[in-house]
Amino acid sequence: MQISFTLNAKPVTLDVEPATLVTELLREHLNLTGTHIGCDTSQCGACVVHLDGLAVKSCTLLAPALQGKSLVTIEGLQGAPGSNQLHPMQEAFRQHHGLQCGFCTPGMVMSAIALAHAKAALTEAEVRRGLEGNICRCTGYQNIVLAVMAGTAAMHGAGSGE
Amino acid sequence: MRSFAYHQPNAIPEAVSLLAEQPESRPLAGGMTLIPTLKQRLAAPAALVDLAGLPDIKGCSNGNAVVTIGAMTTHAEVASSPLVKSQIPALAALASVIGDPAVRDRGTIGGSVANNDPAADYPAGVLGLGATIVTSAREIAAENFFFGLFETALKPNEIITAIRFPVPLSAGYAKFKAPASRYAVVGVFVAKTATGVRVAVTGAGSGVFRVPQMERALAEAFDPTAIAAIKIDAEGLTSDIHADAGYRAHLVTVMAKRAVATALGAA
Repeated sequence: MQISFTLNAKPVTLDVEPATLVTELLREHLNLTGTHIGCDTSQCGACVVHLDGLAVKSCTLLAPALQGKSLVTIEGLQGAPGSNQLHPMQEAFRQHHGLQCGFCTPGMVMSAIALAHAKAALTEAEVRRGLEGNICRCTGYQNIVLAVMAGTAAMHGAGSGE
Repeated sequence: MRSFAYHQPNAIPEAVSLLAEQPESRPLAGGMTLIPTLKQRLAAPAALVDLAGLPDIKGCSNGNAVVTIGAMTTHAEVASSPLVKSQIPALAALASVIGDPAVRDRGTIGGSVANNDPAADYPAGVLGLGATIVTSAREIAAENFFFGLFETALKPNEIITAIRFPVPLSAGYAKFKAPASRYAVVGVFVAKTATGVRVAVTGAGSGVFRVPQMERALAEAFDPTAIAAIKIDAEGLTSDIHADAGYRAHLVTVMAKRAVATALGAA
């Protein structure tokens, strides 16, 4: 079947088998390997992407569900539009060393951005609860939580000199 | 995952006839259970009928002391709905503890109720509030809807379109969750209504059930102490990696007390 959707701000039209997962579509058909497959059972969150602005697990999403929607993957993030800068949340993960091996990081960053869009000021407890669907087996989460709080503040303009 | 035909109908009658024409077809709502099931090849339907394109079966509305929630309304939408939060805060709270945020962004109330997972949260809310399940063909009272393990009164070509919840005087939900999946090891929904008290338990057995003994005690005195001494028989309850039947029986009383305390706090 044919599907048309927006991928990282660009229109895309593709022929897909209906039984195609979005993880498979991204990684194997479109060569966007930033979206990771961790558990492949909807638990770890390494595959989180944004579908019409909502954080969803792309390993549990069928390609036909993309029809007419806007999909943003980790590759679609950027700082200032058109720049090569990191997105403020990515920058915060770098600053606070919110990773060790980095495998879970794309999903962490995508979930964190959705959290920050939903609420401008997040408490530590809210961040921890908001990341319940993202598993990291290295860090113990401390620096991830620090990064998400800093990234959220940066996204909403705090500390940016304004 | 085995291949399947994919349909996205734009009207409920079209969805029903697609399901009727192809006996090996399955309706797809949010897919949070069905897609993992397909991936593990525990199910291999010939066709999926995606309900995402159906109009008018999403969103929350109210009237005559009833809150109606469209079947394709996601858990995140119920959890954040100002209407549900003001009319039945315990139901919004229940939706907010299902799975994790990404699951709540896709998973739907209709899908959860139709799936009837023995450890799912919504069946406790639906039975506890004495809700009515509205389908493409009829209306079914919660009492007559849930059978055992993953079984319901739904016919193969019948689709849930909405669930109607009578607004209670007060209600509360308490769950002892499995930490990885956040499914209920035991979850108890307690509702105080004009006609009595209802106590519905999920996670403990092969399907959601009521506890008449607790309902009678709470009708006399709506307070956690009224049920503190009530012990549930462990016979027939679930034993698994998370908890044995005896511990689940104990948790029913503990969670029921907490649900009553929550209901009193919210009243």
